[in-house]
Order: sequence, then C-alpha cells, then structure tokens
Amino acid sequence: MLAFTLRRAIQAIGVMIAVGIISFSMFRFAGDPVNQIVSIDTSAAERANIRASLGLDDPVLVQFTRYLVNAAQFKFGVSYQFRLPVADLLKERMPATLELATCATILAMIFGILMGVYCALRRDTLLAKLFQAVSLIGISLPTFLIGILLIYLFAVTLGWLPSFGRGDVVPIGWWTTGLLTLSGLKALILPSITLGLFQMTLIMRLVRAEMLEVLRTDYIRFARARGLTTRAIHFGHALKNTLVPVITVAGLQFGSVIAFAIITETVFQWPGMGLLFVQAVQNVDIPIMAAYLIMVSLIFVTINLVVDILYTVVDPRLRATVGHTT
Amino acid sequence: MSNAAVPHQTSSSVPDAGWLRRALASDVFYSFRRSRLTMVAAAVTLLLFLLAIAAPLLAVQNPFDPAQLQLMNSRIEPLWTAEGQSPFLLGTDEQGRDVFSAILYGLRISLTVGVLGVVFSGALGILLGLVAGYFGGAIDSLIMRIADVQLTFPAILIALLVNGVAKSVFGNRLDAMSTLAVLVFAIGLSFWVQYARTVRGSVMVEKNKDYVAAAQLIGLPAHVIMLRHVLPNTMGPILVIATINLALAIITEATLSFLGAGMPDTMPSLGTLIRIGNNYLFSGEWWIVAFPGIALAALILSINLLGDWLRDALNPKLR
Repeated sequence: MLAFTLRRAIQAIGVMIAVGIISFSMFRFAGDPVNQIVSIDTSAAERANIRASLGLDDPVLVQFTRYLVNAAQFKFGVSYQFRLPVADLLKERMPATLELATCATILAMIFGILMGVYCALRRDTLLAKLFQAVSLIGISLPTFLIGILLIYLFAVTLGWLPSFGRGDVVPIGWWTTGLLTLSGLKALILPSITLGLFQMTLIMRLVRAEMLEVLRTDYIRFARARGLTTRAIHFGHALKNTLVPVITVAGLQFGSVIAFAIITETVFQWPGMGLLFVQAVQNVDIPIMAAYLIMVSLIFVTINLVVDILYTVVDPRLRATVGHTT
Repeated sequence: MSNAAVPHQTSSSVPDAGWLRRALASDVFYSFRRSRLTMVAAAVTLLLFLLAIAAPLLAVQNPFDPAQLQLMNSRIEPLWTAEGQSPFLLGTDEQGRDVFSAILYGLRISLTVGVLGVVFSGALGILLGLVAGYFGGAIDSLIMRIADVQLTFPAILIALLVNGVAKSVFGNRLDAMSTLAVLVFAIGLSFWVQYARTVRGSVMVEKNKDYVAAAQLIGLPAHVIMLRHVLPNTMGPILVIATINLALAIITEATLSFLGAGMPDTMPSLGTLIRIGNNYLFSGEWWIVAFPGIALAALILSINLLGDWLRDALNPKLR
C-alpha cells in the first residue's frame, strides 16, 4: 500500500515536472519576453540591462530551475496585459471559477442521479425517453450554443435572470463569494446549468447503466425474496451500490469542469480564471497562459492522485493491478 | 464483411459493379437500411457537405469579399418576416453580409478544418500507435506515458494552448489561411491519443499472429509489415473513432473560433459567425446567431448519430 502510494506520488511529481518544462518553454521560447516589456524606442543597452535583470542570460538549466522554484511558490511573473503579478490575478479570479465549478458539479450530480435512476426503473415511459433524448443533445451540442440559447430564453426574452457577470459579491478575507447575495445567486443559475449539463448527461448515463446492471444481481433477487419493499430495494440496496463509481467519475471530472469553465465563463462574461485565460490567449499573454497551465495541471494531478489512493483503500483488489494498467 | 453476398448474383458478369453490389448486400448496409434515424442523419450530413461544396453556386454574394458587402443592406430580417428583402433568405448581419451565404462559406471552413484535423490527428496517432505496438519496449512506454498524461487534459485546453503559442511564435497578425493551418495543427495535437491507443492495442494482438511471422520470415522490412499487413487489420475501429472525432474536431474549431482564438471575422467559420451574432442577441437581431447555430448543431448531431451507428454496425458482438 505504501509502495503503491509512493509510486503514484512520484508519477504525479513527474507529470508536474513535465508540465513545468512545457510551461517554461512557452514562457522562455515562444516570443521574446524582453520585447513584451519594453516599448519600440528602447535602446539596445537598456534592452540588454532588462535581459540581464530578468536573468535571461543565464544557462537554460539555471533559468528552468529558477522558474520551477518560483512556480512552487506561486510566483509566475508579471502579466504583459495588466502589468500585475500573475499570481495576484489568478488569486483574485479563483473564487469565481471554484464557486461556479462546485455549483455546476452539485447540480449535475443531483439531477444526473435522479434522472438516471428514473430512466433505469421506468425504462419504457415517455419521460425516460425524453431524458434520453435530452442526454443525446447534451452530449452533442457545443457548450457555448447551450449558453447562448439559455441567455436568449431567460435573459433576453423572459428577462428573469442576468446574462453576464457575477452580481454583487461579498468579500470574506481574500475570497469573494456571490452565494450570499440575491443578485449573486441569480447570476450563478444560468452559468451553472450551462457548465453542468455535460456532466449531468454523463452521470445520468452512468447511473442508468450501473443501476440496470445492479438490478440483475443475485443479492437484489435475494432482497426481493426476503420481501423487502421495492423502495428499500431500489434506494437502500441498488442505488447505494451504484454511487461509488458515480462519485469517482464526478470527482475525476471536477478537473475538466474547471477547464470547460473557460467556455462558459466567456459566454457569460464570468470573471473567473477561464475568462482570464481566454483573454491571455487572444492577447498572447504568455505568463498567464503558463501559470494557468500549471494551476490546472496541479488541480488535475492532485484529484487523480487522491482518487487513485482512495480507490485502493476502498477496493483492495486494485492494489496489485492498477500500477500496471495505468 | 461481404460474405453475405447472395450466391446467385454472379458478380463476374459485371466486374466493374461487383464492389457496389457486394456493398449493397453487406451486413453493414443492411443495418443502415434498418435504422431510419441513421438514414436521416446520413442525408443531413450529405446535404451539408454538398451545400459546402456548392457554396459559390448557391450563395448570393461572397461573404469573404468586403467589396461585395454593402452597409445599406445591414440588419435585414429573414425573408419570411415583414421586413425581409430578396435575395437575403436568412437576413443579413451588421455589415450587410447575407447570413445564408455566410453559413455556406462558414460550413466550408468548418468542414475543411474538421476533416483536415481528423486526417492529421489520425495520421499522427496511427503512426505513433503502430510504432509503439510493433516495437514495444522503451519507445512504447514513452509514447504511452505521453498519451496517458495528455488524456487527463481536456482537448479544448490543449488546442487553446497550442493556438496561443503558435500566435506568439508567428506574431499575432496571422492571415486567415495560416490561422486555418494553426487550427488544424492544434486539433491534430489534441486528438491523436485515442487513435494511438486503439492501433497499439490491435497491433499487439495482430503481431503475434502467423501471417506477421510469415512476413518476417520472408524478410520484409518492419515498415512494410506495419503499413501493408498489420494496419489494414486495425481499420474498423479507426473508422469509428474518425467519424466521432470529426464531430469533436468541428466542435473544437467552432469553440476556438467562438472564444476569439480561431478563424478571424474576415473569413468566418460557423463558430466565428456565432460569436459575431452573439453580440446582436440583445438588440433583437436573433437571426444573425440562430441560423449559424442551427447549422452547426445539425451538422454535429448528424455526424454523431452516424458515428454511433457505425460503432454498433462494425462491432459483430452487438449484432
């Protein structure tokens, strides 16, 4: 167990170093950092001074080590667009993204599980077929189209909900939250639905498939033979056993929810990290792109590591095989 | 696949049409005829491809040519509404660009990027998968480790990063055709993993079979065995992945363009058209965004349905 945990941890560190190399190469070789800082009429001597002060004359390996050490302390340099430290920009934007991603995941889990259970138990009803059709559309339509459709319906035509921004936010320390004001909560609804729809479809399909599988097993038949109520069988026995893979998938997907938030945040002008990243790509702001890559990778790798380790704690059968197959 | 050919139909009498008759009598075509939804999806896909190819014949103007756009014609509503004007079937946008013509030309761009992206990612993935599966050892674990790591990151994030780096290297003012090439490259780099994994898996099964041993014994070089003997036996699953990835590539291109990191306004794809139209949603000009959106949705949905059907039809276990 300890060996397995160690091996996974070393793998995770390896991935982070690889991401660091990519991120550093972007920072260092994609365009000249000096050109981004100075204006056109800066003299060559001044340029050389800036070059030296940024340490760009040192050997690449020295620069890389310095970059990694700085990145480990969340020092990602200065944004070309905003002339502010990237770390501060990310810190300011992070609460918006995390609140949106969490809210979307919770919505996706609640409705995904409910619809999945319904589709498994009442397979041939009209409503179940409707849910299936909705799930096909949820998988097929691009996120931004769904967002635009929701904005047109609920913001433009009906005027019920705001179409952009976070509403009023309340600061708690360095964290800002939109969950405590009415306008903040209203602003959260449409982006959460847009972001959560894809995950919801995924969870719904998974719950339906797992539930149908479990309902065929012997212990369910035995529970029926014992004369338990249908409700106890369905929810006490069957659903409980489907939830382990569902929660795993939802956990693993949290990383991609944060990445997909890039699109949702652009549609709704949601002031999160994703919007910052898109603006960085549009304006070729390499320090922000590099820092975002490191941040998101860190979240991904951490989630994967935690899920892998938790899984082996829950299911000892995996301990022998996981190391080889992944 | 063609062993279902009816015996009394002697294909030797008309040798040229033999493959067609065999195709029409095959199991795959039979399952195609059985599924009405698939036939509708195929018809829609075919129609959209034809519209894209015939765009210059059907469009009332060339939307990429600013000289043909007149500001006088801006924001005209679709033809069937009270404010509609001929010849603008689906209305015009704020620059006087005919929405129908823009969709036809945008469809061309979207399909071009999608198809080229699939070809590029397929070629890259198949090559790496063949090499990894055939040679094994260190090169195999290196390629597969990269694939593992990349698989944890969503394709859209990788495509955005590749796009941003390309812009930074080539300067921010790329012309439209180079942007198209960058998009194909970004999509190719984001989607190769699935091909590589599938090909590697099939190759590892195939390479232990007798015909590969025979080919090795008569002294054929490795690349000939890989390309001429092993690869054809792995094509079924690749075709399925390619179809589903065509939809994904089109979505990715549209998303990048929507995010402002794709095709420029002067040479818009469907995604760019939707981004432009989105700005006019609040002033009530719904048609500028609605019709490109419907075109994109129809395209993706029908390709996805075709992909789903193909996966089931080519998988004998599901029959």
